[in-house]
Amino acid sequence: MFHRLTALVLAAGLALPHAALADEAAEAAIGARKAQFQLFAFNLGVLGRMAQGRMPYDAEAAQTAADHLYHLTRQFNPALWPEGSDNASMEDTDALPVIWDDLEEFAGRYEDLQAQAETMQEAAGTDLAALQGAIGGLGGACSACHDDFRAE
Amino acid sequence: MRRALWLLGLVILAGFAAFWVITRPADLPDSFVQAMDSHDADAARGEEVFWAAGCSGCHIAPGIEFDADLDERLVLSGGRQFETGFGTFTAPNISPDPEAGIGEWGRDDFARAMVLGVTPGGTHYYPAFPYTTYSAATPEDVADLWAFWQTLPSDATPSQPHELPVLLTLRRGVGLWKLAAGDATPPPVPDDPNLARGHYLVETLGHCAECHSPRDALGRLDRQRGMAGAPNPSGDGRIPAIPPEDWSQEDIAAYLSSGFTPEFDVVGKSMADVVVQLAQLPDEDVEAIAAYLLTLDEAD
Repeated sequence: MFHRLTALVLAAGLALPHAALADEAAEAAIGARKAQFQLFAFNLGVLGRMAQGRMPYDAEAAQTAADHLYHLTRQFNPALWPEGSDNASMEDTDALPVIWDDLEEFAGRYEDLQAQAETMQEAAGTDLAALQGAIGGLGGACSACHDDFRAE
Repeated sequence: MRRALWLLGLVILAGFAAFWVITRPADLPDSFVQAMDSHDADAARGEEVFWAAGCSGCHIAPGIEFDADLDERLVLSGGRQFETGFGTFTAPNISPDPEAGIGEWGRDDFARAMVLGVTPGGTHYYPAFPYTTYSAATPEDVADLWAFWQTLPSDATPSQPHELPVLLTLRRGVGLWKLAAGDATPPPVPDDPNLARGHYLVETLGHCAECHSPRDALGRLDRQRGMAGAPNPSGDGRIPAIPPEDWSQEDIAAYLSSGFTPEFDVVGKSMADVVVQLAQLPDEDVEAIAAYLLTLDEAD
């Protein structure tokens, strides 16, 4: 009996800091991916405002934003998506647990985003009409993923 | 003693009779039918009503994503499920198929369903179908919408039953609910024609309040609290209050036609479906919606 209790206490003592570490790692990952999404949004904003006519079209600025977006989306970094960093386990994230049930589908959505960012990179510097033609697909790629994998 | 029993019997009978009378499904007012009769129905205008009223948001097949072809949004085969505190409702097939859909209906059947929530057979629809908000639809819009309906594709998928507690399967009881819900009227129509148009699109056709307004224990919209946001009945999280704080009219209009927030976050979930439909409206209508929504903010 005594041994079992000791074992339990020891196990708990060992497990606690582990859980805390895991939480810390999840927190860091959540912070990092939020920063990444903000960079997406920042560059998307330049393109979107031009497409909506809320900012004058400037080929150079559009190309720069599209280039940034292209490079920002090149890498899918699994380290930003550790298990246990979903909104059921952690606060301050909208990432739904289904991401980890269907990582393949999630990665597929990311590939769609990469493809749309590439299309935008080819279009943005050409003229306003080309940019406007590419913005719907780009927004659609964001939306499609939010639809399935992000809590509102 | 015998006399008391008789009296009790009479009172109960009178109670049933009163219930039967007050829960009777209503008929269209003659003036509504006459206005539809004298209107030259226009299917192209009806298509605008179709997108503004968001019919496809609930009545298309379950698997159709928001970025599907618009043509797919015209197939109203039904089958989407809506979880609520009262049970799970399944949107029926309302395509023009004569067997599975509403192909046998006449225009007046359609109008009665939409603005009164009454079936051609004279029973009540459950208010998961937002007829309480559609009730202010103009006869002209309903007639135009019906004209557009005749151009929609048929689909033979049979409608699925709702999953409800037994007590709620007594549809006559919905008549009582309708009486109780009668007070839930939207804010008054503004004088300005643009704002009045926005009011009509938001408070009637767009039925925004159905998701964005809180409800009481009976499931009635709490219109006093406006679009204060509400728990999401089908899933976690909350449906936000509208308009969002600090959004300009331009921000709202841009969001509703493109799905981009002012911070260039991108819409997802059921609102993505709404944006796809609103994007089909003329720009003036989206502007009117945005202008009217801003007045709700000022009223707080």
